[in-house]
Order: sequence, then structure tokens, then C-alpha cells
Amino acid sequence: MRFLFKTDYAQDIRLFKHGGQVFWYGLLMALLLAAPFMVGEYVMSQLHFILIYSIVGLGLMLLVGFTGQVSLGHAAFLAVGAYTEALLQAKGVPVFISLPCAALFSAAVGLIVGLPALRLKGIYLAIATLAFNVIVEEVITRWEGLTGGNSGLHVKPVEIFGVKLDGDAGFFYLCLGLTVLCILALMNLLRSPTGRAFVAIRDSEISASCMGVNLAKYKTLSFAISAALTGIGGALYAHKVSFISPEQFTLLQSIELVTIVILGGVGFLHGAVLGAAFLIVLPQLISLAKDYLPANVGSSGLQAVVFGLVLIGFIIFEPLGLYGRWLKVRTWFELFPFYRRGMFRRQKSYMKSERLR
Amino acid sequence: MSFFRVENLGIHFGGVVAVDRVSFEVKRGEVYTIIGPNGAGKTTIFNLIGLIYPASTGQIFLEDKPLTGSVPHRIAQLGIARTFQNIELFEHATVLQNLLIGRHRHRAASLWQELLFTPAVRRAEIAAREAVEKVIDFLDLAKYRDSLVAGLPYGVRKVVELGRALATEPRLLLLDEPSSGLNPEETDDMAFWIEDIKRHLGVTVLMVEHDMNLVSRVSDRVLALNLGAVIAEGTPAEVQAHPKVIEAYLGKTA
Repeated sequence: MRFLFKTDYAQDIRLFKHGGQVFWYGLLMALLLAAPFMVGEYVMSQLHFILIYSIVGLGLMLLVGFTGQVSLGHAAFLAVGAYTEALLQAKGVPVFISLPCAALFSAAVGLIVGLPALRLKGIYLAIATLAFNVIVEEVITRWEGLTGGNSGLHVKPVEIFGVKLDGDAGFFYLCLGLTVLCILALMNLLRSPTGRAFVAIRDSEISASCMGVNLAKYKTLSFAISAALTGIGGALYAHKVSFISPEQFTLLQSIELVTIVILGGVGFLHGAVLGAAFLIVLPQLISLAKDYLPANVGSSGLQAVVFGLVLIGFIIFEPLGLYGRWLKVRTWFELFPFYRRGMFRRQKSYMKSERLR
Repeated sequence: MSFFRVENLGIHFGGVVAVDRVSFEVKRGEVYTIIGPNGAGKTTIFNLIGLIYPASTGQIFLEDKPLTGSVPHRIAQLGIARTFQNIELFEHATVLQNLLIGRHRHRAASLWQELLFTPAVRRAEIAAREAVEKVIDFLDLAKYRDSLVAGLPYGVRKVVELGRALATEPRLLLLDEPSSGLNPEETDDMAFWIEDIKRHLGVTVLMVEHDMNLVSRVSDRVLALNLGAVIAEGTPAEVQAHPKVIEAYLGKTA
């Protein structure tokens, strides 16, 4: 077990708390950088999706895991990002302008959706965002002059300074770079006053506002940042699948995005990445399993059933998600043989005052 | 110029008059206590000052500037901090993180600076940490610094909440029943701290309290309420001896 002796306040602010973290994250980074030379086309393609969904998952994690606001409408932000990117690219706007535009436009839409969040909570907010998802989907379907309606839009590969990133490696490095940037930005945010204000809103709105946290400002801000990240994810998604149409951004997509957050572990940035990886890998496992199952079991509905079961299983048996499970395993080894079962159980908060609002 | 003044403050919920035209003034640097039987409207006055309820009548002034009509988070930014009767801490955060949220009103960096964690943000974070460590020292919380609040005993949580309010560096501190749920020893500590907050930190304290030992030990002046209305004001001894106060607590002699 590692003991950290602290001699300086800066040690608590550092991104890497000790040499071990530097080593393991460095190793992961080195492996990822070398990946295009080591794995085949198919695995590469899956890695693209994992990185794209990680960015989206990070956005949703900020909102759900750190600010405590529910959203069942994040596929709409994904759509806004994807269509903004597609339309700007068609106009010949270079990617280093169109990508920030996709993020900013998504953020602007996020600000508007954040407004009902000031009055709604929990399930009511979930329904409002769900309605928003349906509205955006419908707008995209009907506004044929702009979006091509149900016939969709074709998106060309990313082009930077005349160099086409149509190979797997180039696009992979773009996704990887953006994922790392998003993670760093969120880590920075979470160790500064804004991030603490988000967490304060999640834990107790009344005392957050008594500490001077402007609830309206920070809730909408959280929606905007979350939407911006999702918009970036959407733009990359558009390039990846090279064809976008309304049926890719339905409520089911939103639910898949929420699944990332829940499976990964609500309240951990690691969770967003782990959840994204799980979401991409699971269908592959299911299709592998299909070869061994009777033909009528392995039909198209199997995936939805397995997803549902996995989600329910996690909520019941491991509410802390994959990252929470990893933390438990790690603690078990660190403390061996002194690990107790109740160590991660959340204590019931007693004497909780009646909510003032 | 008065430091903090409440004039004709009142609120009714439907037909129930919870606070009925209460006026009082708190002088800079004193400990001013509001007492009264259950349901007298003490906590409601705090919620009115914190603008959590909109006042039906009356005005609140901090240094002659009206607070009524503002919004709750502005109150904290003006330097009024409060604790809650039943503790409203951030459960899934450590004591340190809870206290750091108290520094929220002193933040200066923009969102972009925070996303990049510029040197200015870093310096501000270290400064916030130093300020919080002073509070930790003051309240003797060092051994709980990195513990999750959810796992702490009630008495400690009460102190953490006091610390979080102090971390805002308030000018006026509102304490809602600081001794409720504490054992005699902890209540004794609380009395020491309230005296120290007044003497060494120079913070004015407005307090709601039931424990008359604590009240008479730390308060400069006391206001007694019953059924939302003022029945007596004065030094602790004067108020305790006031016939109306005795009547409110013990009932009329037959």
C-alpha cells in the first residue's frame, strides 16, 4: 500500500498524485500512440468509436455525475454537433473552425435546454430533456432543405491543411488528441471553484446557494459545457460514420449515452471512458456469442435484452459502476487481508433536514 | 449607521402568521441571540434573512443597504454566512472540500482560465487552501481533514458546518441552533468557539439557540420571540427574568 506524505498544498492540486499514476497513464498513452501500428483495421475502427463515445460520455458525466442533473436528451446535442459539422464542411469551412463551431452551437442549444433545469428536478427534468430530444429529431427530419430529412447527409473525411485524414491512423490521432484535451479540461475545471460549485449543487442546492453559488448560472453552465463536449463527439461521429440521418439520434441513442455513464460509474471521469469502451465492446461480444446460440435466440432483439439486463444488474449490484468495482478490487489488494465488505457502502445520512425547496 | 437591521419583518403562510412585524438591530462585533419556544418563528427569521422565503412585510438592511428583493446567493457574496439547524453539508465530499466551497465567494478566475488552470488559478487555489487551513486550525479539525462527511459523527459535522461558514470570511454569521444534538462537552467547545469568533475573528454573530447556559454565556443581547412576535429584548439576565418570557416557556401561573 502506498502512503503519500504531503508537505505542500500544491500536492493536492496536482493532476498526477504520485509516480505510479504517471507511469501507468504514460504506459496507456504510449500503447494508444502505438496502436495504429499494432492493430488491424477493424480494431482501429472500434477504437475510434470508443474515443468518440468517451468524449460524449465525459460531457454527460459532467452533467449527471458531477452536477446531478439528469438528461435523457443528449442524442440531440450529438445531432446538433454532427449536423453543424456536416453542413459547415459542405460549405468548405476548415475543420479547425467547424469543430469549435459545432461545440459552440451545441453549447448554445445546451444553454437553452438548461433553462428548464432551473425549475425542474429529477424525473421531471428527465422528461423535459426527453421531449427536447424528440423535438430536435423531428426538426432534423422535417427541415429537409437544410438537413436532407430522412435521406440524410454525407460527410467527407476530415481534412487538415489539405491533408486528408481518411486513413485510420490520422483520424485516430485526432480523436485521441481531442479526448485527452477534453479530459484535461474537465480535470482542470473540477479542481477549481466552478467544479466545486457543480458538486455542491449535486449534494445540496440549498447550502450551495447559501455559500454564494448562483444556482441558475452554474446549472446552465454545466448544461452548456456538457453539450459542447457532446457536440464535439457528434462532429467526430459524423466523420466516422460518414453518413448521418435522423434515426441515428433517437431516444434510444440518448439512453445508450446514459448507459455509458451508469455502467462506467457515476461521478468518476474514468467511468466515462470505461463505460464507452464497454458500450462498444459488448455488441461485439454478443455477436460472437450468437454463433454458439440457437438461431432463433440470436435474433436482432438479443442485444437490447442483454443491454437491459446489464444495466439493471449494475444498478442493483454495482451502483458505482465499472470504475467503482475497480476501486474496490484495488482497495482489496492494497489492504489485504483487512478489506471489509462495508467499506464502500454509503452511510445513510441521518438527520437530513426537510428540504427547504 | 447600523450594521445589521431588521424592520417590521413578517411572513405569513396562508392564514398562519409565522413572523409578525419583528424589528431588531445587531451591532457590529456583538453576539445577538434569538430565543423562544418551538414554533416561535426563529428559524423562519433566518430563512427570511437568507431570502429563502420572500418576506411578506418589512425590510432587512446590511450597513443600511436593503437586502430584500435580492437573490439568495447574493446574500453570501455580501458576507452573510449561515449554518443550518439540521446540518446541510455536502455528504459525498471530504471535510476539506466542504470548507473549500466556503471560499466560493472569493473566486476571481474566469471559466477559460479554469479550463486551462492558469498560474493565476493555481495561486488562487493555494491561497484558498491556506485560508481553509486557518479555519481547520481554528476549529481543530485537522484529523478529519480528508474524511468523508457522510461518515463523521454528528458533533463533528456540526463543527464542519461552522467551519464552512467561517471559510467564507463572513461579516455576519448566522448560527441556527449551534448546540442542538451536541453533548455537554461539545456544547462547551461550541461556546468557546463562538466567543473566539467574536473576539479573535471580529465576526458579528446572530444566533438562534435553546440552551440557556450557552445563551447567557456568549450573548451580549437576547431577543425573545413567541408566536412570531417580540416579547422581550435585553441582556441575557434581563430577558430570562422577564415575566412574559417565563410565561411563554412555562405558562401562566394559575
